[in-house]
Amino acid sequence: MSTPAGTDLTATDAAELGRLLNTGEVSSTEITRAYLDRIAADDGELGAYLHVDPDAALARAAELDSSEGDLGALAGLPVALKDVVVTEGVPTTSGSRILEGWRPPYDATVAARLKAAGTVLLGKTNMDEFAMGSSTENSAYKVTRNPWDRDRIPGGSSGGSSAAVAGGLAPWAIGTDTGGSIRQPAAVTGLVGHKPTYGSVSRFGLIAFSSSLDQAGPMARTVLDAALLHEAIGGHDPLDSTSIPAPLPPLAECARRGAEGDLSGVRIGVVRELGGEGHAEGYEPGVLARFGEAVALLESLGAEIREVSCPAFDLALPAYYLIAPSEASSNLARFDGVRYGLRVGDDGSHDLDEVMALTREQGFGPEVKRRIILGTYALSSGYYEAYYGQAQKVRTLISRDFNAAFGIDDGNGVDVLISPTTPTVAFPIGSRTDDPIAMYAADLCTLPASLAGVPAISVPCGLSEGLPVGLQVMAPALADDRCYRVAAALEAAQDAARGHRFLDQLVRRAAGPEEPA
Amino acid sequence: MSSDTLVDFDEVLTRYEPVIGLETHVELGTASKMFCGCSTTFGAEPNTQTCPVCLGLPGSLPVANAAAIEATIRIGLALGCRIATWCRFARKNYFYPDIPKGFQTSQYDEPLCTAGHLDVEVDGETYRVEIERVHLEEDTGKNLHVGGATGRIHGADHSLVDYNRAGIPLVEIVTRPIPGTGAKAPEVAKAYVTELREILLALGVSEVRMEQGNLRSDVNTSLSPIGSLEWGIRTETKNVNSLRSVERSVRYEMRRQAAVLDAGERILQETRHFHEDTGSTSPGRSKEEATDYRYFPEPDLVPIAPDEEWVEKLAAALPELPAARRARLSEEWGISPTEMAWLVNAGAVGLVSETVAAGAPPADARKWWLGELARRANDAGVDLAALAVTPQQVAELVGLVAAGTINDQLARQVLDGVLAGEGDPAAVVESRGLAVMGESDELVAAVDAAIEGNPDVAEKVRGGKVQAVGALVGAVMKTTRGKADAATVKRMLEERLLA
Repeated sequence: MSTPAGTDLTATDAAELGRLLNTGEVSSTEITRAYLDRIAADDGELGAYLHVDPDAALARAAELDSSEGDLGALAGLPVALKDVVVTEGVPTTSGSRILEGWRPPYDATVAARLKAAGTVLLGKTNMDEFAMGSSTENSAYKVTRNPWDRDRIPGGSSGGSSAAVAGGLAPWAIGTDTGGSIRQPAAVTGLVGHKPTYGSVSRFGLIAFSSSLDQAGPMARTVLDAALLHEAIGGHDPLDSTSIPAPLPPLAECARRGAEGDLSGVRIGVVRELGGEGHAEGYEPGVLARFGEAVALLESLGAEIREVSCPAFDLALPAYYLIAPSEASSNLARFDGVRYGLRVGDDGSHDLDEVMALTREQGFGPEVKRRIILGTYALSSGYYEAYYGQAQKVRTLISRDFNAAFGIDDGNGVDVLISPTTPTVAFPIGSRTDDPIAMYAADLCTLPASLAGVPAISVPCGLSEGLPVGLQVMAPALADDRCYRVAAALEAAQDAARGHRFLDQLVRRAAGPEEPA
Repeated sequence: MSSDTLVDFDEVLTRYEPVIGLETHVELGTASKMFCGCSTTFGAEPNTQTCPVCLGLPGSLPVANAAAIEATIRIGLALGCRIATWCRFARKNYFYPDIPKGFQTSQYDEPLCTAGHLDVEVDGETYRVEIERVHLEEDTGKNLHVGGATGRIHGADHSLVDYNRAGIPLVEIVTRPIPGTGAKAPEVAKAYVTELREILLALGVSEVRMEQGNLRSDVNTSLSPIGSLEWGIRTETKNVNSLRSVERSVRYEMRRQAAVLDAGERILQETRHFHEDTGSTSPGRSKEEATDYRYFPEPDLVPIAPDEEWVEKLAAALPELPAARRARLSEEWGISPTEMAWLVNAGAVGLVSETVAAGAPPADARKWWLGELARRANDAGVDLAALAVTPQQVAELVGLVAAGTINDQLARQVLDGVLAGEGDPAAVVESRGLAVMGESDELVAAVDAAIEGNPDVAEKVRGGKVQAVGALVGAVMKTTRGKADAATVKRMLEERLLA
């Protein structure tokens, strides 16, 4: 695991790995091997990956090591992909039995762009089936554990990605976020996770859960890493009609500028409805304490802090749990056993409808079925207006709250909004599996940005009971750079106060006796 | 074979008033599919014109074909529709193997074009058909049921699906209910589809080959007792794919429904299949247990918002539409609306027009296409346009007759050669030696031989019975196998017998 320079490559951030590669101090093969070794040693317990092909990864690394051309900043760096991202020739299941054994004939745009940038695919990470869940316990294949406390969940649905990056099994990873599936797992594993503006990262080749909400984004150890990975996957894609034909803002540059620590003139709104006065029910005191300290720190960096009310945010949870299942009920209709994946009952004794029904009965897990049934109901003739129609109206109201807060019409608003990323720290495995509503509450803070399509980042802001707490920064659509700038400032200030990076606490804890947060 | 009781058609009309309605699906002739870049060529090996998008593979996303949207707007404009300034695609959700995504991407409550009309003429009377909507959607794949006797799913061993057709742009044109057509209902239905087809051809948006399924109509028919203010319960005859069948299906449904109503029973609101062989319909699935399609706006596609200026440009650039063209041609050719209607019914307007353009006088062009050529198409059981002769060749044939190179009888033999693929008319005249004989030695010999061989007849002519010369002309024509010019032969005979 150690390099000539004495660095633990699996505890090093990606930007630094890129520098070492660039100066020739390490090779892609060495980095890739270091991560594969960690995977071999620890993933049996951690359960972050669904598919790893060490030979293919090493062959790819060797190819990159021997290539002449300059592929760019990410060349030679390994990356893990959530199993919802379609990869040509590499098994892709979206965490579901119904796609077991499917090897796609094409690459998602996100996968193709990472390939073109010269990255090495380490493997496909575990996830809640079809990205439906907040704990990765809905995976059809395995449980994934939180590296900070292996009896706790790593968040979800991108829990395989969060566990892999936090646990040193990948330098960074791609996740997808429909209602919080990047930000919540990042928060509970001490990572930086960003959900880009809807339409700014291509959805082509992401197995759809809820088309109007799904976005892919980076999960990384630092804000700068997240920005670098985001730049590699983002930008317009003609294969996705909803992709915005606008260039990405300079994200890495904003992250670097933010890390200089000056936030003077930046107006930050604290959302009252997300853990503020009169809305603190369900929020752990430790989470609110860390959040309050972070707000104070941001103020000390020159930011102007004010409380902002967004009343419609209270309706985000019910609206989300009508819209997302409605779209899912339609998106998942293609899994009928006719063309690919699982087929059950094709033995001559069942007719077509029965084969489809048996395939779906056995191929989908309980949470997926719950949401398909919910969505089918919400879209039914006679109920559509009362459920789906009303939920869309709520969505409009939430967007209006964001617009008002950001002063889109009058210029008299804040630059970003902040809140805790999750109401609680990582909860114990199995503690909410019998209570879907309690499970859904994990997304309370992340849903508004999803419904409005605006960008939001989660950045660590300390520990509560020894477990990571995340702070969420939300910005207007296409102003993802503001998320990176504010998050980087907070990260830098905390690192300076702590004397080391946030995730180093986990590495040190694994290495020796626990230290105070 | 149908066991339906039928009422005589004329008797139906003594008690009931029909209302018809049509939903017509047209496959657009775009080079690529509606939501991906796959080719739309007909007849390719199964599943060779597919990609992750039209196979609905997980993760794939649609991108709307701009040419298909433009074609749909042009159809709407040609039908006098209002063009939406903003509308969306919608998902129509249902399970069937031929729809790869588990839903069909279509339009629901926001169609691209609304509120148009199309005037059709039957027996000199004009019927206005109101168009409710024109919208854009994607075609499904094709199921092939193997192992059964009927090719239908019942009794089959297994089924195969060909997704080449899946995702081909499909325009659906829906009429409002058409009342007040009475006995003409079947013909109005046929005339509507015929006229629609002409418009689509003029716009160049589809090949409209009905035998390839480019255009398929669902025909709604209902009956209500004469004087009743309420319309009856309708049936929907699906996928009727020839003009003749459209007419027959209405006629059949009227006769069948009248019998049901006469018996005091209720019409079932259902879809029915039309059978070409018997001209009858049989029940499909009942609409009363209809699927709830759970329509909702397609989140994977952005709304269509046609720029008004662009739409105006499209409207200005529309070609001359069939009705206007017919009016102009009637005048140019000097024919009556009834004569024009014959040409329309024969599907010959374009053919005659092209023949005229190739140099034939309009009267001759009409005579050929409605006469000899129509007869041959009828004998062969094909459309006029499917005959292996081009308007240019017909014009050449007309020219050869006018020049006296051949006569009408020879021209029919020349046509045989052209249809047999022997080349253009002039080449066939040459190769088959079909030119009219001049006053050659051969003809003189034939004339002399006829006189010698029929001394009685010759004597009668000489004796003043001039009309008897016809028998001798016949004899000459026989020996020359029709190649002689009858007038010339008659003149030569008279010179010899009456001089």
